[in-house]
Amino acid sequence: MTDFFNALTLLGNFLIIPGLTYGSQLALGALGVTLVYGVLRFSNFGHGETMAFGAMVTILVTWGFQSLGLSIQPLPTALLAIPVGILATVILTLLIDRFVYRYHRERKANPVIFLIVSIGVMFFLGGLIRFIIGPGDQIFFDGTRFILKAREFKQMTGLNEGLSLKMTQAVTIITAVIIVAAMFWFLNHTRTGKSMRAYSDNENLALLSGINPDRVVLITWILVAALATIAGTLYGLDKSFKPFVYMQLLLPIFASAIVGGVGNPIGAIAGGYVIAFSELILTFAYKKVVLYLGPDNMELESLVQFLGTDYKIAVSFIILVIVLIIRPTGLFSGKTI
Amino acid sequence: MGFLLGEQMTGGYGAADILHDCSIGVEKGEIAVIVGPNGAGKSTAMKAVFGMLPLRKGHVMFDGEDVTQLKPEERVVKGMGFVPQTHNVFTSMTVEENLEMGAFIRTDSINDSIAQVYDLFPILKEKRKQPAGELSGGQRQQVAVGRALMTHPKVLMLDEPTAGVSPIVMDELFDRIIEIARLDVAILMVEQNAKQALEIADKGYVLVQGQNRFTDTGESLLANPEVRRAFLGG
Repeated sequence: MTDFFNALTLLGNFLIIPGLTYGSQLALGALGVTLVYGVLRFSNFGHGETMAFGAMVTILVTWGFQSLGLSIQPLPTALLAIPVGILATVILTLLIDRFVYRYHRERKANPVIFLIVSIGVMFFLGGLIRFIIGPGDQIFFDGTRFILKAREFKQMTGLNEGLSLKMTQAVTIITAVIIVAAMFWFLNHTRTGKSMRAYSDNENLALLSGINPDRVVLITWILVAALATIAGTLYGLDKSFKPFVYMQLLLPIFASAIVGGVGNPIGAIAGGYVIAFSELILTFAYKKVVLYLGPDNMELESLVQFLGTDYKIAVSFIILVIVLIIRPTGLFSGKTI
Repeated sequence: MGFLLGEQMTGGYGAADILHDCSIGVEKGEIAVIVGPNGAGKSTAMKAVFGMLPLRKGHVMFDGEDVTQLKPEERVVKGMGFVPQTHNVFTSMTVEENLEMGAFIRTDSINDSIAQVYDLFPILKEKRKQPAGELSGGQRQQVAVGRALMTHPKVLMLDEPTAGVSPIVMDELFDRIIEIARLDVAILMVEQNAKQALEIADKGYVLVQGQNRFTDTGESLLANPEVRRAFLGG
């Protein structure tokens, strides 16, 4: 029986908790992509860099707070700095919309043009971020590192394997739950949220109903900026902040949005967890789990791993391709928010 | 003087005009129907009245005001309601949310108006929590009309409200439209089912190639042998 709990702890520590954390980060990122797709009707390749920009401003403000001695122990100071990061990112997205996207929107440009323009925005933002904070690794985490340490868990339960819960993991998961709940409440129960869904569903009819498209676009960018900043900061807290990592994140984020049905917020969240768990399940080495569960004198040569961790990024790509071939509209048929 | 009157409207989407000196009007509490063969410009005439077609000549008067230069959404605020022929409901939203969105420009309480629409279309009350996209064709049309009624329009414009619904549902819809007209709403509609539509019409317009061919009461048009032979199938 102990062996069974050891195996379970092992999975919990290396698969379930990291999966939930990474899945939450992807879900928040995918939610932003899906909102832009649902309302503004284009695939925003600049989203990864928007996340990086929000995280960068949050980091700069965090450093400022730290030097002033401000803190919210045991929570990371970055949480206190997020509102400033959101504000800066809102201003940035609105400026980009005003000077880049609005021009194309007024001419009712083809979505492909928007997509290419967003790639331009991506490179511009990437450059801007490296110019301000540099390409290197930035550490901005402070506060208590662990809520539950592996050693404490072992002492508590007497098991061989330890279960640890990092502060960043708990913060990520709880924040994601709160943000997602708030987001759905907003979309389903407020007049403004409903008008966004109406605009996403049927632009002409929304216009005939007196819904102001400029306002819908404005609210969308504000939400997207907030989601991007939160997702970017949580990811940076959990792993570390390195600008180029956010560009790489774009693929799993888009995979999440598309797997769930792009344009559909529930799909984006489900997609985030599907992608996160697929990556982890396929690249996890099950050797110790098998040893615990197998007969006592069992010996294993291999790591019992489906794929090497080097192929992690390929997993989301493969899932993306499979979904596009078998069910192009995603798990929950997308199109409208 | 009409309550709503498009006078001598001439215009089209591109270089060629679709409408030529076409005039369409309706009074409060009346039903006016535009009929005619395919491609006669029936829907175009209605869109012109609603401001969805650029006019080269002519003007549109509404409630004693010249609205020719107003955009469609500005005309909605003035009291014109429009139900497009297709894509006329928010398919992913519930019936009740569709009605709420119809009342978006209003700042006062909308509960009375929702109750009024449910009185008119009882089936919608039953289905109020269902996405409009899951309803049958006839029910969808009811949602579409209900949505447009939420602003308490003084004139309601319907583009082929009975397209694609069964004859029974069509009769039902026409009955509802008569009820709406009794609330002192002016109704202007385009119809394929010319005979049935003219039966309930106070005024009928027969358009051919973007021009007025016959204009009379519904009754007289139905009685006119020329109209019967050419447009109503004998």
